[in-house]
Amino acid sequence: MTAGGILLEVAAQAGYHGIMTRSSGPQIRGGEAAAMLRISTFPVESHADVFDILVGVDWLNAERFRAEIPLGPDSLVVGDLDGRPPAEYLATGARLLALPLSRLAREREGGRENMVALGAISALAALPRGLFEGVLNALLGRKGSEAVVSGMACIEAGAQCVAGESGTFALAPPAPTRGAIWNISGNEAAGLGAIRGGVRFVAAYPITPATELLEWMAPALEQVGGVLVQAEDELASVNQLIGASFGGTPSLTATSGPGLALMTESIGLAVASETPVVVVDVMRGGPSTGIPTKSEQGDLNIALYGLHGDAPHLVLAPLSVADCLFTTQWAVHLAEKLQTAAIVLSDQSLGQTRALIERPAEVAFVSGRSIQRTPVAGYQRYALGGDGVSPMALPGTPGCQYTADGLEHAPSGTPSSRAEDHRRQLDKRRDKLTGHDYGDHWALIEGDGDVVVLTWGSSLAPVREARRSLAGRGIDVRIVAPRLLMPVQPARMREALSGASRVLVVEQSHGAQFLHYLQAFYPRERGYESLAQPGPLPIRPEQVVERFNPRGSR
Amino acid sequence: MKTITTRVEFLAHALAIEEEAAERYAVFADQMQVTNNPEVATLFREMARLEDEHARRIEEMSGDKPLPRIDPWAFDFGDAEPPEAVDYTATHYLMTPYQALGLVLNAEQRAAEFFQRIADGDGEADMRRLAAEFADEEREHVERVRRWRGKYPPPEPHWDEDPDPPNELE
Amino acid sequence: MEQLSTRQAALKPKDYKSDNKPVWCPGCGDFSVLSAFTKAMSAMTLDPERVAVISGIGCSSRIPAYLNVYGFHAVHGRALPVAIGLKITRPDLTVLVAGGDGDGFSIGGNHFLQACRRNVDITYVVMDNQVYGMTKGQASPTTAPDWMRSKLTPHGTRINPFYPLVIALASGANFIARASSNDPNGTARVIAEAVEHPGFSFVQVLSPCVTFRPEQRDWKKIVRPAPVAPTADPAVAARRLMTDDNFFIGTLFKGGRAPFESGFAPRAEVAGELERSFGLTA
Ligand SMILES: Cc1ncc(C[n+]2csc(CCOP(=O)(O)OP(=O)(O)O)c2C)c(N)n1
Ligand code: SF4
Repeated sequence: MTAGGILLEVAAQAGYHGIMTRSSGPQIRGGEAAAMLRISTFPVESHADVFDILVGVDWLNAERFRAEIPLGPDSLVVGDLDGRPPAEYLATGARLLALPLSRLAREREGGRENMVALGAISALAALPRGLFEGVLNALLGRKGSEAVVSGMACIEAGAQCVAGESGTFALAPPAPTRGAIWNISGNEAAGLGAIRGGVRFVAAYPITPATELLEWMAPALEQVGGVLVQAEDELASVNQLIGASFGGTPSLTATSGPGLALMTESIGLAVASETPVVVVDVMRGGPSTGIPTKSEQGDLNIALYGLHGDAPHLVLAPLSVADCLFTTQWAVHLAEKLQTAAIVLSDQSLGQTRALIERPAEVAFVSGRSIQRTPVAGYQRYALGGDGVSPMALPGTPGCQYTADGLEHAPSGTPSSRAEDHRRQLDKRRDKLTGHDYGDHWALIEGDGDVVVLTWGSSLAPVREARRSLAGRGIDVRIVAPRLLMPVQPARMREALSGASRVLVVEQSHGAQFLHYLQAFYPRERGYESLAQPGPLPIRPEQVVERFNPRGSR
Repeated sequence: MKTITTRVEFLAHALAIEEEAAERYAVFADQMQVTNNPEVATLFREMARLEDEHARRIEEMSGDKPLPRIDPWAFDFGDAEPPEAVDYTATHYLMTPYQALGLVLNAEQRAAEFFQRIADGDGEADMRRLAAEFADEEREHVERVRRWRGKYPPPEPHWDEDPDPPNELE
Repeated sequence: MEQLSTRQAALKPKDYKSDNKPVWCPGCGDFSVLSAFTKAMSAMTLDPERVAVISGIGCSSRIPAYLNVYGFHAVHGRALPVAIGLKITRPDLTVLVAGGDGDGFSIGGNHFLQACRRNVDITYVVMDNQVYGMTKGQASPTTAPDWMRSKLTPHGTRINPFYPLVIALASGANFIARASSNDPNGTARVIAEAVEHPGFSFVQVLSPCVTFRPEQRDWKKIVRPAPVAPTADPAVAARRLMTDDNFFIGTLFKGGRAPFESGFAPRAEVAGELERSFGLTA
């Protein structure tokens, strides 16, 4: 894992793009782990169909990762002379390159095999070795410290011993100029988006794979005078948000499927009482405890339909690691502006992938929550009319005292079970969402081919990869990926799909939840084709390519 | 009552007694209105008006000098509750005017006794005279309420039976 | 007379009431608790707009809308976290929480323990009637195990009742008291004391449900002031609770724990500050 982080950082400094994902065994400590990197001359968001190099520092139980690490006849498996790479990897036709990793490490004081392996990779990919020293310095401590010296010695030795193969996988020189580069995970990006959006209060309960978002936010919030409270459970978390937001502070929590399930009753309260809150669900394999460390897009249904009663709310999904920043910030803005609950569907693959991205441009949304700042005779918290958003008085404002209520209410907030009040408040809460102009942010649309792939969230990355590959074969694919899942945007979707001959729906869900959502809200006379696959394996670009350019054709 | 020795102290207590009585009758009137017992609601509403009137008169007596502000729990009523306050648990949604006026009657009686004790006590003469006047007035109320109640029949034996169960709201 | 304060009366108790008429059954103890809230606020001369009363669900939880302060009628069992989120981010407000024994000790039981531990400066008033009033009279955590009048537990609950004061003490509440709705003035006093005491204050008010527990009208004959002054020593408080018959009234415990401090003081983001960690190491 450490070596992977060093490699990514070196690639970044050399001017390349890249991502790193990881996988590990079931142990809490020790045990097998895989760091999976892709380094590229152009921005990338997902792995390619095959890996070029697999380095085994230790092969024990490494067969566990076989499905996640596809190899091909052009791939290279690098391992120690004495090691035995699992047969599964070699069965792909990959070539084995055995090196004295362990001996070279032993010969150097404090030497480690993973550093020797790093050196070998740097030579194979022709990465500038000089950069390693700076990165090791930053990571391992003071300049010239023993660890750095021995690390560099190992890297050098590793590079020397593959001299004959040097540059086999050499990267083209990086693009000459570009802006500042960030090395960031989706979870961190979402945290930054939250703070940029104005969030100053977070209450949460730890859960894989959302914990890192919280770990990033705790100190970050402190820097802006905000607070993160570790609550006793998700019921408390979401209700603490409601309290803080009632007091005027934009508030957010992060969780995963099991936590979202616990929160749903009170997300309904936020909707009914028109109290803005944002819940980031970093999805993992479900149902139940499921596969906590792996990605799946299986919480779409609960996010869309999980609230009891008719409870219109916002559901958004970031489309890439970098987009976790924008979408979370946008979600905070929308929740505040529309005085409702927003659920942001990130997932393990976005949240825990580290990517090298160009520093995202700063966006500032104008206008936040509509607040009643001055006393007004006969203040009505849930007043009807206008765009459905009624100014909210914050405690402390004289003359506007009211009781926020999850019971259906009259415009004053007084509980009411009258049909008329119910209908009007339902309309109000719906219309303020449907009447809002979400602009172009609602979706990402790429290309204008008449074959279309409709996808969402982390499934976009392999789809984009497939699009590039299909373009090389003369097939122009249009991608439509909504960032805003609720409220639906029928007119915009109609336009986005206009002229489409085929529409393939790509998602990482066993039950094809996205497909069913599209069929319900965006029905299409000619129907949809579906590529729906459960986690934990990511969708591979080739699976999408296949649908348009089956092997053997052409 | 040992501590009520001056006219202002006495007036502060008397005001609290009347205000609490007025407030409580107003609450009871609302209760009866909400539970559809309009006859008793009107009756309590009237009592609230009378007690409130009394309270305003006491305020006038104190003139320009503001009465001392005493925390509600710091009054010296010789009991937790002010004498003229009807216990919160005493009302019932099916209660009849006869029963309601019975509660009022007892309250007026307790008030009369309270004022009489102060009149008989050893405070300032001026204050004791005033207390005696109040006691007289309360006794007069007692008689009036008794006559008023006489217009209503006592409740039937099973007055509190309700064939309908309570509502479940939440 | 204990105090003859000359504070100018800004607002009378009834000025803290809203125009909404309670839906409660006539005779319900909660009317008295409502009155006690208004008396306490008036005695403390609180500005109504600087007070927030948060509740869950149940008859007793209807209280916020009957007050002329800011209120939040949240979902069943979750009033405490709402109040904690509010108080942490709005330390300038006086925050009270009100509700029933079912709301607070059953569905919200864990929040009660954690709120005692966290010791945020709020006051929690539970109107304990040993029954679920709003759902037509089921047993609550404080119901005696042999109470057989509920259709759901016709043989009694046959499980041990919950002792809120004991739990509060063991969990770290900083102020613990019991009051009785048959004495609204005494209840007001305890509430005022609870609000003024720093940290998490817990007040159990015995508040009869005349509809499902009509026998509770007799509580007024049983309750009596505890013959001892409040203690700051948890061990002494614990010993007293060993002999408590649940009808002693008064303040039991006034602890000295410092309230939860979060340091909340929100500022605008200083551009670039947070980004530094994402920049490359070179
Ligand atoms: C999640 C949920 N479960 C159940 C209910 C139904 N419910 C409403 S109030 C209540 C119990 C109230 O009892 P208590 O808190 O003791 O208050 P009381 O009515 O006695 O004042 C229940 C079970 C609900 N509203 N929400
Ligand atoms: S049911 Fe019981 S608790 Fe509810 S209002 Fe009636 S008396 Fe009070």
